[in-house]
Amino acid sequence: MEPASRLDNNHRLTLKDFPYIVRWRDERCTRCGRCTAVCPMFSIEPAVVVRRSVHSEGSVPAPIAVRMTAAVVRQSNDIERYCTGCATCTLVCPNEAIEPEFNPQHKFLFHKNKGGHPYRRGGRRNDPQVSTLDRLKFTRISMLTDPALDAGRHEFRIRTYLGRILPAEELPIKSVNGSLKVDKGSGSFIPPVREIYPIMIGSMSIGALSPNMWEGLAMGITYLNEVEGMPVVMCSGEGGMPARLLRSKFLKYFIPQIASGYFGWDEIVRALPHMIEDPCAIEIKYGQGAKPGDGGLLMAHKVLKLISEIRGVPMGVDLPSPPTHQTKYSIEEAVAKMIQSMSMAWGFRVPVYPKISGSKTSKAVLNNLVRNPYASAFSLDGEDGGTGAAYDVSMNSMGHPIVSNLRECYLDLVKQGKQNELPLIAAGGIGKKGNLAANAASLFMLGASAVSIGKYIMQAAAECHGDEYNRCNVCNIGKCPRGITTQDPKLYRRLDPDKVAERVVEVFKSVDVELKKIFAPMGRSTELPIGMSDGLSADDPAIAERLKISYAC
Amino acid sequence: MCRLAAITSDNYFSPMENIAALETMKEGHDGSGMGLILKGLGGEFEELKEFPILSGICSKEGLHALDAYMNKVGFQLKYTWTPKTRPVKGIDARDYYFARVYDYPDAVKERPVKEKEDLLLRTRLALRKLGEDDESIIVFSFYPDILALKEVGDPLQLGRFFGLEKDPLKAKIIFAQGRQNTNYAINLYACHPFFIQGYGTMTNGENTAFIPIKEFLQGRGVPGYIGYNSDSEVFAHILHYTCKHLGYPLTYYKDITTPLKTEEIDMREDGEAVRLLKMSLRPLCIDGPNCTMGFTPDGTTFMLQDAKKLRPGVVGGRKGKFGLMSEECGLDSAIPQRDRPLDVFPMKYDMAIIEPDAKGVKLWNQLQGWTTITG
Repeated sequence: MEPASRLDNNHRLTLKDFPYIVRWRDERCTRCGRCTAVCPMFSIEPAVVVRRSVHSEGSVPAPIAVRMTAAVVRQSNDIERYCTGCATCTLVCPNEAIEPEFNPQHKFLFHKNKGGHPYRRGGRRNDPQVSTLDRLKFTRISMLTDPALDAGRHEFRIRTYLGRILPAEELPIKSVNGSLKVDKGSGSFIPPVREIYPIMIGSMSIGALSPNMWEGLAMGITYLNEVEGMPVVMCSGEGGMPARLLRSKFLKYFIPQIASGYFGWDEIVRALPHMIEDPCAIEIKYGQGAKPGDGGLLMAHKVLKLISEIRGVPMGVDLPSPPTHQTKYSIEEAVAKMIQSMSMAWGFRVPVYPKISGSKTSKAVLNNLVRNPYASAFSLDGEDGGTGAAYDVSMNSMGHPIVSNLRECYLDLVKQGKQNELPLIAAGGIGKKGNLAANAASLFMLGASAVSIGKYIMQAAAECHGDEYNRCNVCNIGKCPRGITTQDPKLYRRLDPDKVAERVVEVFKSVDVELKKIFAPMGRSTELPIGMSDGLSADDPAIAERLKISYAC
Repeated sequence: MCRLAAITSDNYFSPMENIAALETMKEGHDGSGMGLILKGLGGEFEELKEFPILSGICSKEGLHALDAYMNKVGFQLKYTWTPKTRPVKGIDARDYYFARVYDYPDAVKERPVKEKEDLLLRTRLALRKLGEDDESIIVFSFYPDILALKEVGDPLQLGRFFGLEKDPLKAKIIFAQGRQNTNYAINLYACHPFFIQGYGTMTNGENTAFIPIKEFLQGRGVPGYIGYNSDSEVFAHILHYTCKHLGYPLTYYKDITTPLKTEEIDMREDGEAVRLLKMSLRPLCIDGPNCTMGFTPDGTTFMLQDAKKLRPGVVGGRKGKFGLMSEECGLDSAIPQRDRPLDVFPMKYDMAIIEPDAKGVKLWNQLQGWTTITG
């Protein structure tokens, strides 16, 4: 006789405990097997069940019970094989027979820690609420006090600067016969500054991204620059860059990132003498909005041949970057030294800037950078930023929203009269609900010189499934069903780099139109409306007060 | 849209000429204020050119406080001009309109001009602060050879109210602005033209980039960059910042307020410097649509506008007298006898500059340099 402890199924989860329940329709299913073959989590499996059916034939009821076997698609109730809701099964089903359905009553987080391992995932904060950025409106519209501009016909200049900008008083300029000349003999250092498109693609590494995804982004960026004349730039993320790109003329559209693991920098340093162009800039990563205070993580199953070569590491090992740079002793000493070292590597011709995660301490960092003549910008990454791998607790509970953090930093610069000297780059949840242009424009008006996007471009350019209901979000385990965040050729060959590039171009061309549709009615066309806070209103008085903008209802 | 009428001449003329031009340009209701700034003063002021003139309005109590303050600092009153006001319907007369000429305190009489100018600025700001809460003291300018007069109301009626048609008050450069009907609760400090240490401007059009410009100017550490009751005050301060604080030639005011595109800058001989200026002074891009007219301490006057100004202002006249107007009909009123084909409508790259004593008009083009000279 079986012990009762086994028969009552205690310690087994019911499907109601899972975040997604697979709705399978027996009568529509042709048993083709595509869904079970494609499921990245093996959440569904073909199974054979015995069914009892009752038949009656003839004019008089004569029911006969028959037992027969049937092939079905069954959802596993093993927590390690939970359905992520990615809906790849739905995508491949020829007959609309299967789809996962979100289960708001799930108890996933109570159980996803088997073996004492906390839940780790990719994606971004699971918070489907409307973000602050989406509660801001542009309310200062020119109409009769002055005509609004025509977004379709007027000439717009949507550009920004990346680099340290000297105050006019410190420019080595002299007036000669009514004309201004740069005083070459002054010996003054004029920091390098790039004119770029104000929406950048943020740091996503080769390794975190599949080769096809990264290549698609890179091709899109290059096309935008070379063909469309839009100087969109992209940060490499930690993990280096392909050797042929480092030696190509297209390097100027890329921002190599150095982070605490220094992955990929052996190759970059070796390529230095062979570079025919300087990179756009260098980003030093000190923090990431999605997982503040935590290091980078590339899990072993993503460290395949290509990645091991680019990063200069053995294959198949976990690659954790420390939470902090090992050389860091203090902000005054280490950050300054690192910025200076990186500047020096390129002969002070390349802007170098740090990126930190949004934090209450951001202003302290800001004020340090303001006084460092080699700091070229300050990138702030808010809590809604995405990541390829992090602890769920870090993503959901750690960090600072970008909006008030950025605003505080900008107003601090205004107070010091230095708002034009150190460009602020805002990131973290921009376009979270799809409103990329509106979110970006809001941040410009709150004081950002540029914004950086990651998750948005993954969703728009490669149909990333992830959302704030924890859909998919398995970027960390190398099983990305879209082929975006995997190193498995079987998966990433699903992704056509040309298509990704095409979508990148489409995204930037359309966001450019949308930005014009925002700026035109507000009468701005020549310069990016950085700090034009009178153009904005919030739908909540507390938000308005915090951001020092008006409240409109 | 505000109406602007500036006239520069080698002879003294009455501000009623400007007011007549404003009247000609009037369209629809207009009554939220007029401002006048006179430079190169004639009449009684001609002999007092080296002494600073304090222009403003006081209540009776304010006048006592003003006198007490000026005595304390050591300024000695030399001459007072007050308009002979008369009641005009619709204009609420204030107690005391004045332009008072002072001699410098003994301690600064022999000091360099810069020190004197700084003292004048500090004094004006102190007086402004003294009377700001209860509007008992309103001061528009405190500078040699500059007289400012401002009040709420229709410009023509204000001219009569101040008795300007009979007053011997005359000058060689007069800037006048008639404020259109956008704002009745107008603070007189919001009334153009604006003036700071020898530089003055007036502007029409909405300044869409007001907040970033204001915040940038306030961070320059220049005591006079305050106020901003009007979004147009920044234009005067940008001019002061460009020419006086940074010491750049006047033409760079155009490059700073309406910057060229990077590829256009590369075509300039001074492109390297202009590129740096564009970056360093990015927040001062006015982004319009604005037409700005201004003058500098040496008596040069100018007009410029940005690319968005759909109806540009006009500059025209003859040697010895030129008008800068927001509308052509204003110029017809002020200087009917002129060669009209020579009228200049400065376009987006242009800055029309009239030399002191109205010797002639020069057109500065951001891409081509000096392109036209008439005189």
